[in-house]
Amino acid sequence: MRYISEFRDPKLAKTLARAIKLAAQPNRDYHFMEFCGGHTHAIFRYGVQDLMPPNVHFVHGPGCPVCVLPVRRLDDAIELACAHDVILCTYGDMMRVPGTGRRSLIKAKAEGADIRMVYSTIDALNIARDSPDRQIVFFAIGFETTTPATAVAIKRAQAEGLTNFTVFCNHVLTPAAIGHILSSPDFAPNGPARIDGFLGPSHVSAIIGSQPYEAAAQTYEKPVVIAGFEPLDVMQSVLMLIEQVNAGRAVVENQYTRVVTRDGNRKAQALVAKVLALRDSFEWRGLGAVTDSALRISNDFAAFDAEKRFAISEKRSREVKSCECPAVLRGVKKPTECKLFGKVCTPDNPMGACMVSSEGACAAYWSYGRQRMPETAA
Amino acid sequence: MTQDTVDMTHGGGGRVMHDLIRNLFQKHLSNPVLDRGDDAGLVTVPGQRLVMATDGHVISPLFFPGGDIGALSVHGTVNDLAMMGARPLYLTAGFILEEGFLLADLERIVWSMSNAARAAKVKVISGDTKVVERGKGDGVFITTTGLGVVSEDVDLSVANVRAGQSVLVSGTMGDHGVAVLSKRENLEFETEILSDSAALHGLVADMLAATPNITMLRDPTRGGLAGTLNEIAATAGVGITLDEAQIPVAPDVAAACELLGLDPLNTANEGKLIAICPTSQADTLLAAMQAHRLGRNAAIIGRVTDDPAQFVQMKTQLGGTRIVDWLAGEQLPRIC
Amino acid sequence: MCLAIPAKVVSLEADEMATVTVENVRKLISVALLDQVAVGDYVLVHVGYALHRLSEEEAAHTLSLMAEAGILQEELAEIGGDS
Repeated sequence: MRYISEFRDPKLAKTLARAIKLAAQPNRDYHFMEFCGGHTHAIFRYGVQDLMPPNVHFVHGPGCPVCVLPVRRLDDAIELACAHDVILCTYGDMMRVPGTGRRSLIKAKAEGADIRMVYSTIDALNIARDSPDRQIVFFAIGFETTTPATAVAIKRAQAEGLTNFTVFCNHVLTPAAIGHILSSPDFAPNGPARIDGFLGPSHVSAIIGSQPYEAAAQTYEKPVVIAGFEPLDVMQSVLMLIEQVNAGRAVVENQYTRVVTRDGNRKAQALVAKVLALRDSFEWRGLGAVTDSALRISNDFAAFDAEKRFAISEKRSREVKSCECPAVLRGVKKPTECKLFGKVCTPDNPMGACMVSSEGACAAYWSYGRQRMPETAA
Repeated sequence: MTQDTVDMTHGGGGRVMHDLIRNLFQKHLSNPVLDRGDDAGLVTVPGQRLVMATDGHVISPLFFPGGDIGALSVHGTVNDLAMMGARPLYLTAGFILEEGFLLADLERIVWSMSNAARAAKVKVISGDTKVVERGKGDGVFITTTGLGVVSEDVDLSVANVRAGQSVLVSGTMGDHGVAVLSKRENLEFETEILSDSAALHGLVADMLAATPNITMLRDPTRGGLAGTLNEIAATAGVGITLDEAQIPVAPDVAAACELLGLDPLNTANEGKLIAICPTSQADTLLAAMQAHRLGRNAAIIGRVTDDPAQFVQMKTQLGGTRIVDWLAGEQLPRIC
Repeated sequence: MCLAIPAKVVSLEADEMATVTVENVRKLISVALLDQVAVGDYVLVHVGYALHRLSEEEAAHTLSLMAEAGILQEELAEIGGDS
């Protein structure tokens, strides 16, 4: 597969592994946070950590939009589907995430709610066109990679006068999250955990460019390397981070030059800026309230805002006690340090989003890496 | 028949049902046993060890690239028998039809079954038809039960699996699952990938002739290679290690899986088998498989190991290690 | 969710849509987020939309950097006498 297979070449992997071994200074450890859940999975799926020297460690970040969605918002989506007789369209990733009381979209669907899994907002628009007498709500989640798709859909709906289409918007922003993590006491110089640098997200950066990370790199003096999605990209980025750390540099570098530019996709950015607006604050699972970190639908497009069209009730939402998703998402605990991991909480019986999501750290550990954890044997 | 669709009288036991059986089912599935018209099919199987298996088929959509529910219902049960080293002889078929189902589609399906049965040299010797109200079925569900004979000196069983044995597959993984998905609503893409739905007993016969002491065979249907190997590991109390570079996956299937975020190892197959055999026999067995049309892309993919944790592990293309896990939940509903 | 895959544009359709292929798998996607997409371009596809073009030059450059990785370090290591 063009532009895929070449970046999985085992010979180049050996070359990069050797280079990393030579570059890593033996008298210190390196801790790099891969922000993006997709990188966490790539690392585990290809066994990249087996190719690292023992003093290079990956710290898993909160870049999994399914994982950081607060339980309250999932409960709201379930309510929309059940109490308001809408067709709720959702990306597949959200179907099995447990909300309050272990309810989920897939359970609600089994009980008769009209919930449909879609691959794209295009499918949701098609459903709206095909069912003019029904209300269609699109459950929008995702970082900046996925946000433009929602913006295009809303503009389309407006252009076509699709009055039965609204969006329940939960899009979140990456640079705000990175800044929040770096400023947290967990990662203060004498804090409990350490990050020496970031592997920046591949596809978020295709949209926003490499420029938005420059402020965080400078303020917190941590290097950021925008890393491509394939395992060789991850390895080359680790090498670049090690070289920066060794040289005492802290700048934004772009490893994923075949897709990412400093400016990103200006057309997509402009569209998002037109259709969506910043929320003052948004509650992230694990990170708590983060300012300027999420988007809502702008006033010009209020007609397409599910939160304005439907009265969603106030509710008390609860996570499962002892679920350590928040700490895992902040990078201060590993999945294996959660009491529930592998015992009560497995992909078949998930207690929290990190075990369900295709990008969650717990799911990655369980599905790909539990041969390294003797206490979780069958 | 003057009408187009199934209605409740087709399952009522009256003349309409009798006509349906005669003019549709029997027309295509005719053989001396079935044509006697008794409540059950009477056959003689002199002094043999018998193998029986049953399979329910609820696949959606009913017609997909490379096959349909009719052919699948024959191949699925024939393959269950073949995995025991049996020569399949007879099938029975139960149909549950939904009111409103097009008779033309039913005829297509039964015609396809008859072709598959003829090619596999099995006879459908008894059947049943029921009809459920509109909305209570999904077009048609088919259950087939098969009977085969297996010779005295053949003993294929998961109970015989031991550490050190070799693991082989007969060809590319994930073809059927992707072919079915290509027709599924909301996941439209055009591809030339065809379901690999096929009867495997001919291949199995060649394999047994070349290497009589094969340990066991199993076909990786729902759950794919990963699910089936995990089943074997758990039942036999062993571990399995695989070499990713050796596992055959067609480029188009790999591409489709990338597009959809799926793993070919978790995706269903309907014309492939896994074989476990003593390592000393592995090369001979491989050659026998590759000489058969349905085993052209066969490969040795791994080994059985001593592992109390019963993990299925894999050396990745890159040289790292990962687990090959069961699939959690039902990602691809109604794939078989 | 950030799953995005490089695909080749094989035809442009109405309504800001295009047909792309990965190997021989074809899919209809939206190119509303890009300007002047041409047949033969490689684009990154995510949830049914093309997000960005791929640069063939940069891809080749990245691969050659990977192949050279560590050569300088090896030479330095040899000179310095550590492994």
